[in-house]
Amino acid sequence: MSRFLSHALPILTVVALIVGLWYLAAIALNAPWARDQATRAGVDLSASELVADTWSQDKPKLPAPHQIATEIWETTAEKKITSKRSLVYHGWITLSATLLGFVFGAGFGILLAIGIVYNRAMDMSVMPWVIASQAIPILAIAPMIIVVLNAVGLSGLIPKAIISMYLSFFPVVVGMVKGLRSPDAMLIDQMRTYSASPAQTFWKLRFPSSVPYLFTSLKVAVAASLVGAIVGELPTGAVAGLGARLLAGSYYGQTIQIWSALISAAALAACLVGIVGLVERVVNKRMGFAR
Amino acid sequence: MNGLIILAALLFWLAAWAVNVRLSKNPDKPGRRIIVPVLFGIAIIVLWEGLVRGLEVKAVLLPPPSAIVVALGDKAGTLWIDFVQTFIKGALTGYAIGCGAAFLTAILIDRSPFLQRGLLPVGNFVAALPIIGMAPILVMWFGFDWQSKAAVVVVMCFFPMLVNTVQGLQQADPMSRDLMRTYGASYWQTLFKLRLPAAGPFIFNGLKICTTLALIGAIVAEFFGSPIKGMGFRISTEVGRLSLDMVWATIVVSALAGTAFYGVVTLLEKAATFWHPSQRR
Repeated sequence: MSRFLSHALPILTVVALIVGLWYLAAIALNAPWARDQATRAGVDLSASELVADTWSQDKPKLPAPHQIATEIWETTAEKKITSKRSLVYHGWITLSATLLGFVFGAGFGILLAIGIVYNRAMDMSVMPWVIASQAIPILAIAPMIIVVLNAVGLSGLIPKAIISMYLSFFPVVVGMVKGLRSPDAMLIDQMRTYSASPAQTFWKLRFPSSVPYLFTSLKVAVAASLVGAIVGELPTGAVAGLGARLLAGSYYGQTIQIWSALISAAALAACLVGIVGLVERVVNKRMGFAR
Repeated sequence: MNGLIILAALLFWLAAWAVNVRLSKNPDKPGRRIIVPVLFGIAIIVLWEGLVRGLEVKAVLLPPPSAIVVALGDKAGTLWIDFVQTFIKGALTGYAIGCGAAFLTAILIDRSPFLQRGLLPVGNFVAALPIIGMAPILVMWFGFDWQSKAAVVVVMCFFPMLVNTVQGLQQADPMSRDLMRTYGASYWQTLFKLRLPAAGPFIFNGLKICTTLALIGAIVAEFFGSPIKGMGFRISTEVGRLSLDMVWATIVVSALAGTAFYGVVTLLEKAATFWHPSQRR
């Protein structure tokens, strides 16, 4: 119980605070429209009616949390999964691109990191560019990649996955290089005194000690990968996916739709990061990193 | 003829790689750490130019670097207007407001351990979310001009900066705090003389993360609606017109702006936290 009080209670308080502020902000932002409507209809709104109205408009400036919750419930549980209005359908499209991009990005990232650690020329030539590329707004390239790949006949899943791959690639390279270099000189010398081959040094020393670093960057990478998939859905003109829901919502002023897509994207991101974190915990425990 | 161009480009790349392999055998000689990556970059550009010209790749797929340089020169005026709109007005304003607000919030929260324990996990959670999705909403609220882009940047920068600053403020070790107490230092004296300097590396880490986020936020927000200037607007419209040389030119500008921004913050960090082990050589 005391554990609950010291950990969950502060978090719950903060979340409750945010939700409370949200309701207040909804009143403040939606009130002008409600008042405007009331004066046009020639009705006087009492304070409680005004509040009730601001929390139940069709196209509010800021929908109240319960409106978003209802919309999410209606578009996930009450629609068929194959329906184009189902958030599960759109979420799956985004998720598949995210996962494909994440797997390839992480794979290439690990390979490049191994190359960088074992080849000094590669380290000196490529690593500065990898670090510099962290400061570049890579997402800006997304529309171009989509259009160019469309021109060569690739559309749908692959272009989005490529953007996701691109975004998840860099954190993995940087984290993995750090990880593979983390065993100190003593340990490497020790492997040498055992006359271990480079492959043995890699599998028995470098790779295991890089695992905690790998998971830290995988968590960043999977979140970045989702952002990549969402942004990748924008330039194709709102066909399908959570990004498309965002864009379509902003075209038609459907704020509740935007927010529900946004919240589902957030939940998806939280799940993905949570799953990676769970795997991390299990692996670290098996490998003896856990304290 | 085309085969010759490809061959020449490949040969140049191989030669540059061979030189790099030789140069990197003695990495500690002066200048090597700069020459090697620069040579690698030049080799990539030559290879790109050679392959595009040799294989006659259409300019709508991938323009050669020379065409991008030409576009950079010809359209310098437009690019500058875009740069001012997106970077100076959108990204920098948002960056200053977002990081400033997060910093002040962190100092306020710092007085309540209860709020801290609640806000750190929530902040970490929010920092991992696809906040860029807020862009269409903020564009709706603040209009098409740079104000909405600045707002997106504010939202994107706030939580990473907040989490880093709160963590940083916890860095001063208990011994030093006790020492301040024995000096009879007030809360504010402890804050300014001990805890803020100790938080320096964390604060700058947050500031550095936010430089990239700021540019990304400002550019992507323009995909959801903008006046007829701005780097995000330029990229999305020129992609539609298939003038990819202009798109690449804009990307070059944004890359340069991003690197310079990051570089400036790194320099400030070096000047402000020179005492920290990570800055020592």
